[in-house]
Amino acid sequence: MSPRAAWRLESLGFTSVFDYAPGKLDWVSAGLPVEGTAAGIPNLGAVARRDVQTCRLNDQLSDVKARLASDPTAPCPVVNDHRIVLGLVRSDAIKANGAKTAEEVMISGPVTFRPNVALEEVDRYLTDHKIGYAVVTTPEGELIGLASADQVHRLDAESLANRASN
Amino acid sequence: MPTTIDRSRLREMLQAGAQLLEVLPRREYDEEHLPGAISIPLRELNRATISQLDRSRPVIVYCYDYQ
Repeated sequence: MSPRAAWRLESLGFTSVFDYAPGKLDWVSAGLPVEGTAAGIPNLGAVARRDVQTCRLNDQLSDVKARLASDPTAPCPVVNDHRIVLGLVRSDAIKANGAKTAEEVMISGPVTFRPNVALEEVDRYLTDHKIGYAVVTTPEGELIGLASADQVHRLDAESLANRASN
Repeated sequence: MPTTIDRSRLREMLQAGAQLLEVLPRREYDEEHLPGAISIPLRELNRATISQLDRSRPVIVYCYDYQ
């Protein structure tokens, strides 16, 4: 849409026209502020932990387990050199399969969420599908972070309560 | 020919005084837009509506993503 708008502006006589093609989604994904009626409503990007441990397809799970020692209940996203999410290894699979590689036990193509999705929507999805963590990525599949279902639920409830009291 | 820019260049240009134009439908703009952006939905982009833009300054357009 924006390329057509840029060309249209040129046809209307504007000589210095630029297209921010990555658009609003790129801006929100970076955690930058927005204006508008939804600006105060927390979204997944605002709560996702970005400093998560990742692993590669060939990583041995005993090594992955050691890396996740500080957060042993968290799953481990399997990424490539471009940080694209290829799979997800659940924490119980990490503990039970030390001699195997991430590729052997990972869930291929896990459900992922965009950072601009409202917490309420994510909370409902995670609850309905009994998913413990939301994997947050860009539209291109690049990992942004993880958000636990408990955290999403708690912050969504707080947000609803705050809005109800205002 | 319009030039495609990334987020880093966008921020530089905004600091230098460029104008920011969202071309998504008005409802989407009302919900959420980049700070300082004005709204002219693509379908309303014409000689009358562009009068709110300053021709002497660069204009940066954006929508949701690469659509």
